[in-house]
Amino acid sequence: MFESLTDKLTAIFDKLSGKGKLSEKDVDAALREVRVALLEADVNFKVAKSFIAKVRERAVGKEVLESLTPGQQIIKIVNDELIAMLGGGQQKLAKADSPPTVILLVGLQGAGKTTTSSKLALNLRRSGQKPLLVAADPYRPAAVAQLVTLGKQLDIPVYSDESTKKVDDICKQAMKRAKEIDATTVILDTAGRLHVDEELMDELEVVKKAINPTEVLLIADAMTGQEAVKIADEFNTKVGLTGVILTKMDGDARGGAALSLTSVTGVPIKFVGVGEKSDALEPFYPDRMASRILGMGDMLSLIEKAQEQYDETKALELEKKVRKAQFDLEDFLDQLQQLKKMGSISQIMDMIPGMSKLTKQLPANASVDDNQLKKIEAIVLSMTPKERHNPDLIDGSRRRRIAKGSGTTPQDVNQLLNQFRQMKKMIKQMSSGKMRGLKMPGL
Amino acid sequence: MFNIFKKTKDSLERTRETWLGKINNIFDRPEFDDSLWDDLEEVLIAADVGVSASLKIVEGTKYRVKEENLKEASAVQQALSNEMVKILKSSSEESFALSAGNPAVILVVGVNGTGKTTSIAKLAYRLKQDGKHVMIAAGDTFRAAAIDQLKYWGERLEIEVIASQPGGDPGAVVFDALEAAKKRKAEFLIVDTAGRIQTKSNLMEELKKIRRIIERSEIKPQVLLVLDANTGQNGLSQAKYFTEAVDVDAVILAKLDSTSKGGVVLGIADELKIPIVFFGTGQEPEDLSPFNAEDFVQALLEK
Repeated sequence: MFESLTDKLTAIFDKLSGKGKLSEKDVDAALREVRVALLEADVNFKVAKSFIAKVRERAVGKEVLESLTPGQQIIKIVNDELIAMLGGGQQKLAKADSPPTVILLVGLQGAGKTTTSSKLALNLRRSGQKPLLVAADPYRPAAVAQLVTLGKQLDIPVYSDESTKKVDDICKQAMKRAKEIDATTVILDTAGRLHVDEELMDELEVVKKAINPTEVLLIADAMTGQEAVKIADEFNTKVGLTGVILTKMDGDARGGAALSLTSVTGVPIKFVGVGEKSDALEPFYPDRMASRILGMGDMLSLIEKAQEQYDETKALELEKKVRKAQFDLEDFLDQLQQLKKMGSISQIMDMIPGMSKLTKQLPANASVDDNQLKKIEAIVLSMTPKERHNPDLIDGSRRRRIAKGSGTTPQDVNQLLNQFRQMKKMIKQMSSGKMRGLKMPGL
Repeated sequence: MFNIFKKTKDSLERTRETWLGKINNIFDRPEFDDSLWDDLEEVLIAADVGVSASLKIVEGTKYRVKEENLKEASAVQQALSNEMVKILKSSSEESFALSAGNPAVILVVGVNGTGKTTSIAKLAYRLKQDGKHVMIAAGDTFRAAAIDQLKYWGERLEIEVIASQPGGDPGAVVFDALEAAKKRKAEFLIVDTAGRIQTKSNLMEELKKIRRIIERSEIKPQVLLVLDANTGQNGLSQAKYFTEAVDVDAVILAKLDSTSKGGVVLGIADELKIPIVFFGTGQEPEDLSPFNAEDFVQALLEK
């Protein structure tokens, strides 16, 4: 029932790839499925319509249909169009000509403004900035306390003044404070408001006029439905957005909002929130997102994540091994043990080419979650180094020993081995150029 | 009943302007051909009803129009609203009612930022207005200042809030609150929980543990899922995962005061058979009303 867009598109295009020649009818049938997949992923219905029209226009040409690999050509077109729809290249935060750079965060109630403002502050401090957080939400009970607490946890200064509800005054005072403490960036956390609430939208306009921010970022919930586009549009019209931060991307939200926002408003997505921890904020890369949606994985993000955690040689080693499909269970174990540092397993799996498809093929109880991770780790730990290097050694009696050692059943061991073999095969296919119509992002 | 109806209508006023105004326009045509049904499907999808529920509604309406040979726009509209009501009602034939106990425990769950804490304040206020003795357990020990937020409401509404230190074990808070509620002979204990993304298994385990702690006192909690009316098809996933973890009894549809459509409740009612019991419309304690399928649909469809 909750297949991801990635899984759906992969299935659709597998069907196409299996065919030698394609007719216009084949293309239309596939694109109808693409449309449904997009709609189920909460892509705005107008956006889905124009997307399909664009892809069709390019796909039914002679060069595509009569080529040797029409299916793959069409996936490439979809990929290109997805990237275009997501805003092309990566967009960084702007800096003010003379500091401080002022970032105004706006959005609906519950989108995650306060959490995001502290994540953003941490991100900026790590890149050498000196941020000041400003509690500019005098309405929600304990909103100020929430930001003050987060600031304390991260050791980032917070300006607040609970004696007034005049937000423009609070912000003006905060700017003075920023000068006093030599802050290079000021992050203003405003109250959640409905995009149709004229009074509160006017308040934002006043604040904007008073402090002239460098960036006005809309904080948008990735789980938002069709209204996402309208919300972004209204905020953009009233206060002029310079970017979007998409929150709660760590769940199974299919991110249709992400697909639609930029194409309708022209405002780029700059960051995505991917977890509860303060460092769970990542830059948004349209090409990587597109390839993730198409089930091609996101090798570049995976490698970068690995780089953050290991030294460079190890990261390169991983990249090489993954590309050559040479990694064994020893590497697999090594990965598993580092996984906890890198995020949840589903996040990682999504980045490995073909992995999201692979996990779909397994029975429901074998789907990989963080509990499964512990079990897998126990199984691999119960193998000898030799077995890890060459899993084909594992016969019935070894299997029983491993099961006993890890507190699992021989079936569990088997399942893991099969899973591993399939994964290896999948990666081999990827790197041997079976998907040669496609450029792997960054590789 | 009339008041509630009026309230539904008022709060949905905006929704109608943007969405169902369109539906009315759709029917404003001399002939009902295929393009009508395509347009209708599109408007339903634009309201977050979802592809499969929209198709079901359109097919059902189409069937009735043909069977009953409907020619009038108003009759087709009626058929449409009947189809929508039918789906919403299929999930709530045995109407869900909060029943008092010694204490009855209402466990409130949902993803981050849907409006759990505010909904709890409203629900507590509502029960208190009915003359019930209500207490609240501050089970969200994770989010910074969540406890302060609940305490603010407690003071304002004069309702006792049982809380521990931030970062404490939510299970322990719930246990303490249960003991306190029994001692004070409260009729309702409403348990707040931290927002969690439904696919995070460790956090869902924590929720299961909270449920087990309540059940150990021989109390079957009534579990309410708070859903943001702006949520798209992910709402289905939320309802599914939370039901798997803690057996959701009913849904509170929060933030229906914006241009939000809340259409995903049709999908939830259709696929998961979970009834919607309340809807929230604003920031004030009284902004929570019982959900009624006919009123909801009629308020949406009425010209």
